[in-house]
Formats: sequence, C-alpha cells, structure tokens
Amino acid sequence: MSELNGDQSEPGQGPSPETSAWTAPGETPGLASPAENIAALPAEVQRLADGEWHRLHPATPLLRGGIALIAIIGVIIVNARDFFIGVLFNDQNEFEPFGRLANSGLLIPAILIVLAVLVLSILGFYFSWRMNTFRITDELVEVRSGILFRTNRRGRLDRIQGINISRPLFARLFGAAKLEVNVAGQDANVELAYLSSRGADDLRLAILQLASGTRAAEAAAAATAAGEGASDSEHVGLVEKRVNEFLAPELDPHAAPPESIVRISLPRLIGSVVLSEATIIAILVAIGIIVTISVTGHYGWLLAFLPGVLGLGGYLVSRLTKSLRYSIASTTDGIRVGYGLLSTTNETLPPGRIHAVEVSQPLLWRPAGWWEIKINTASQGSSSSGEAAKTTLLPVGDMADVHRVLQLILPSLADEKSRELLEAGLAVGAHDDAFVTSPKRARALRWFAWRRNGFTMISDAVALRKGAIWRSLVLVPQARMQSVSMSEGPLLRRMGLAELRVHTVAGPISATIGALDRNDVIEFFNEVSRTAVQSASVDTSHRWRSGSAERTPVAAAEDPAAEDATAEPSMPQTPTPSIPFTPTSTEQI
Amino acid sequence: MTERLDLPDTEWRGVSRKYIVVEVVGLIIFGLIVAAVTSIPAFLTGIQWFAAIPISLGVIFLINILLTPRRVRAIGYMLRADDLVFRRGLMFRRVVAVPYGRMQLVDINRGPLDRAVGLSELKFVTAAASTGVVIPGLPEQDAEELRDTLVALAESRRAGL
Repeated sequence: MSELNGDQSEPGQGPSPETSAWTAPGETPGLASPAENIAALPAEVQRLADGEWHRLHPATPLLRGGIALIAIIGVIIVNARDFFIGVLFNDQNEFEPFGRLANSGLLIPAILIVLAVLVLSILGFYFSWRMNTFRITDELVEVRSGILFRTNRRGRLDRIQGINISRPLFARLFGAAKLEVNVAGQDANVELAYLSSRGADDLRLAILQLASGTRAAEAAAAATAAGEGASDSEHVGLVEKRVNEFLAPELDPHAAPPESIVRISLPRLIGSVVLSEATIIAILVAIGIIVTISVTGHYGWLLAFLPGVLGLGGYLVSRLTKSLRYSIASTTDGIRVGYGLLSTTNETLPPGRIHAVEVSQPLLWRPAGWWEIKINTASQGSSSSGEAAKTTLLPVGDMADVHRVLQLILPSLADEKSRELLEAGLAVGAHDDAFVTSPKRARALRWFAWRRNGFTMISDAVALRKGAIWRSLVLVPQARMQSVSMSEGPLLRRMGLAELRVHTVAGPISATIGALDRNDVIEFFNEVSRTAVQSASVDTSHRWRSGSAERTPVAAAEDPAAEDATAEPSMPQTPTPSIPFTPTSTEQI
Repeated sequence: MTERLDLPDTEWRGVSRKYIVVEVVGLIIFGLIVAAVTSIPAFLTGIQWFAAIPISLGVIFLINILLTPRRVRAIGYMLRADDLVFRRGLMFRRVVAVPYGRMQLVDINRGPLDRAVGLSELKFVTAAASTGVVIPGLPEQDAEELRDTLVALAESRRAGL
C-alpha cells in the first residue's frame, strides 16, 4: 500500500513554499516503504503540511466511483464469456445480447465503443486524480480539482469550525479516509477525499496545530512526543495494521490517546431509539390498522402497514448504527466526537466553535432519566442526515453524562455554582431558584410550564429553561452570541409580557423564550447586551493555544483580537451614547 | 411597570419624516394591486358577496396607512458604546442589540420610491440570519456616514465568529 504521493509535489504550479512552523529539529525525511510509515510519522506530517502541493490517495478514483465502472466491466465480461462458450460449443442463444450483435454485424463497432468508453473513463479518473491536489500552509488549506472545470477552494485555518474524518465502509477496507475541513457557512468545507487513514489523522493534527497558533518550538515538542508514542507499534504487518485500523475507535496515537468520557451501553442505546416519538406514531398507526381490519374484516389492510414497518425499521436501524460506538473526548485541540460501526465519522470541534447548546428530554425518556444534547455550529452541511449526526453531540446519556459533556464543551461552567444552576435548569419542578420565571398571569400561555419557563445567566452563558412536558435547557455562550432581541405582540403587550431571543448562527436550536414579565425581559436584555460585548472582547478562542499559553510578543502581534483584549481590558460598559456620530438631518424622538 | 417594551433612558434617533411618504405611497400601490386582483372573482362570477374580500382588504390597508406616521416614528436606533440598538414596530415591537464586533457586512439599499425622496435603507448583517437589523428611511448622506462609522467601529472591536 503506497502512501500519499506527496513526492510529486509541483513547486512550479503553486506559489513559492512558505516557511512552515513544522521544523522539528533532527528529523530525517520518512521513507515511503509501508512498514516504516508509522515510525516515520512526524516527518510524514511535516511533509504533508509543508505548504507544497500534494496528491491524494491513489485509490481515490476507485473509491469515488470507479467501483461502478468495475461492476459494469464485470457484467460485460460475464456476458462475453457466455457468448464465447456458446460459440465454442456451437450452442448459440439468439436472445443473448452478444449473439444478437454478432448476427447484425455490429459486434466489432460495439466492442470498439465499449473500449473507447473504458479508456476514456480510466483516463478521466486518472486525470481527475492527478489534477486533484491540496496544500496546507501556515495560513490556509487549499484544494484544486477538476479537469475541464477547475475548482480552487481555500479555507483559512483560523476560521476552521471543525475537522471531520469520515471512513465509509468501503474506503475503510482500503485503509482510506476522507478529511473535511469545515469553515463557517453553508456547505463551506474543504474536502480531502481520500487520504490514507493514518495520513488523515496526522493531517488533522497538523492542521489543528497550525490553526491553534502554536509556534514552532511547541509544535516540535509535540511532534517528537508523537514520534515516541508511535514507535512501539513499529513492526506490524500490513494486514495486522489494517485490522488494527479497522478496530481502533480512535486512530490517534498521539500524546495520551483521549479516553471517551461517556460510554453508551447497548441496552440504553436501543432503549433510547425505541422510546422515541417515531415509535409512538408507529404504535398509533398499528392500532388504527388493527381497528380497521377488525371493523371491515379485510386483511388487505395489512399491506398498508408494510411500507410503514419498513420505513420505521430502516429509520431505527440507521439511528442505531449511527450512534453505535459513540465516543466523546477532550483533546488539546478541542472536542472529538466519534460515531459509527461500519462507516465511521470522527469530528474534531476546536474550542469556541459551539454557538448554542440544548439539553433536552423527549417525553418517553423521562422515567429513565435520559437526556440528549444538541449543538449549533457555524458550518452547515447540505445533507440533512449528515447534519443530524453532526448537530447531535450526545445521542443519549444520564444526568452524570450530561454534566460531563457540558463541562467539556462549556469549560466556564465547571465551577460549583454553575453546576447547581445547571441542575436547577434540568430539574423537574424547580421553583425559587436563580431562574427568573414567568409570572402567574402567563399561565394562559404556558399551561404547565409557567413555573419552569425562565432565564438566567450561568457564568458567561445565557441559560433559557423551557417546557414542562418536553423539558429543555438552552445555553448560549456569550462570546458566541450574535445579537439579542426582545419583542412583544398585541396579546403579550396586554398581559405585560414579552419575548426574549438570543440570536446565534443557524442550527437546530433557536434560543427563544416567551411569556415572561416585561420588566424582567428589559432588565435581562440590558444585562446580556452589556456582558456579551465584554465576553466577546476577551475571547481568543480562534487561536486557542496562543490565548492560554504565555503570549510571546510574536504571537500577540499576529493575533489582532488578542491584542485588542490586552490593550483595552476594560472598555466603558455603560450604555451611554459615546459614539461621535451625528446625523445631519434626522430628528430626535 | 413600563407601559411598553422599550429601553429606559435611551435617546432614540428617529428616521426621516420623508419615509412616511415612501411607506404610504408603497402601501397605496400595493393595496390597489391587491384590491384589483381580489375583485376579479366578484367581476367574473357576478356574485356580490365576493366583493367583501377587496372591501375588507381595503379597510385593512386604510387603517395601516393611517397608522403609518406612528409606525415610522416608532423606528429608532442608537449607537451605544459597544453595540447598536434598534427598535421598530407599533403593534409588534422588537428591540435588538448587536455588538459592533459581530458585524459581517453592511448593505445600503435604495428602492425607486426611496430614491425619489433621497432616502436609503441600511442593513446590518451578522452571522445569525435572525438578527434582522434593517434601518429604513435614512437620508443618503447619513446612511453612508453611518455605514462608515459602523465599519470603523466593527474594525476596532473585531471579534471572532
């Protein structure tokens, strides 16, 4: 198995190679022979992230659609074999396609056309592979692809919202993986498909290192550490290596492989899937059909049941397989979430990329005390199914799991006070706590939930607690909040109530809470709009490591936002109109 | 208890009075089109009962036009130290606060009616689609100055996404 064909970099095509942060001293370039690939890891990473153009895995065309081509060729060959056997034994079947072609004298042209198509598609696949190159520099990741219609896509490293490594079943057999670098926006991902499995993991580490703002010295230390960690698995055969790759949940041999903080047992997973709303609907439909059959006496109605059963079964199984072997762990470069039994995905979310969190509980999960955690992130995919998996951070977990995951994704909520507030936010009845809840007059609008319906500030996050039947708690970190609004309609106005909404990037969560006392809302609105600015100004998570480590002058200079934060640590927070903007002709009201 | 949803001790800047004209003319044109379209069934079928639709719509538009001056006066914005606050709506009131650092881009739009009276509309776009800060009825000069001010402020308070 040859690894990435990085040797054929094309310095002539790209801009001059930039000086890389990857200058691990004393490293010799890795040899490309398979057995030593693991040992040569740091050099390999260095080579891929050196700012030069590299090619993708040689099996890429095959994985991307060459399989279909092979299948078609296979069908043709099988048919041809039948035909030739027929010719040899003089037992011609005239209904056979080859026989008919031979009789009509079109066999030779047909064979030529097939050969031409074959050659063209092989050439096409080959060139599309050759033209598909990528490079990773200090600042950006760039992919070029396409033969006739060239595409060139660049993503800035400090704008990365998440890195996703997915391994479809077939690609896994070849030891290949797809690396997706997501930046903010609809369908804004830079896709490197396919890389070798190990290459993808190394590259992710490299990209995250570069994006984190870690400078050369630290990177070198990390690289050597990684090399030491990997050396014990040096002498492994190819088959064994592949098997290991296939079985390992985390293909990451680097500094202290992260341990998943939540384990979902199989019974719990099955229980959570079975106790979903879809099951209720299915049961209702089944009752309806049984009643219809017993009333009309026609068993033909059972047929109407069939598509529903198939659909439900498919849905449940796909939900189950997606959540199997779930893992969530904290790494130095963010949270790593892994999913999947046969086709796996493995996403890394750098710190500060989570814009909103919702902890919710479907009705049927309540006796078991299970919760689900969803998130909003700035990068949105186009496919809804992939999106659902990406936005569900914890498919099912008990209260302890929820606290562990929340601590991971919102580290500022780790202290004791926040924990108490979070517990209050998730508790059943919850009265007389820090949450400002709806007044009694709001009962007409929130029949059961008015005692629960409320908001508060937990550390630096806005917390909205909603629902008595379908309970949920929405958390929006203030450093990620885009804006805040309050609104009222005629009805709310008459009742002296108002609605509050915290705007975040698009996603499954909308942080809205209604039917609250108007004065409470106005007060909270002011507080949120004031503290949000403060939180945003001290937030340096887009270069996460440079913010926490002791800031060298170089790093500070390269990080204007961090510089801002240090230059003006306390901006005037009073809502005074201090902006020297005077319209020339508008009136005051 | 305050009577309305509003920010206490805030001096709102209003929009130009000319914007009332723009709104009223726009509503009249739109109302006429809607009335014409909805009166087609009454003409075609001859059933007089159908005439109730354009008449009731006409009444709604009339009320709307009469409320326009108050609605335009209800539009207000203010540049605070760190954020832009914006208010609009008479019946359905909405108040938004957007930190300057959250700005992704600023749009200035001019419709045909706006151009006729020399007004512009300024749109402040953040990463959240629901922010929806659109300040209508600004004199062209003001809109451009405000845009430049906002861009400068956003630059000085730059924050990540």
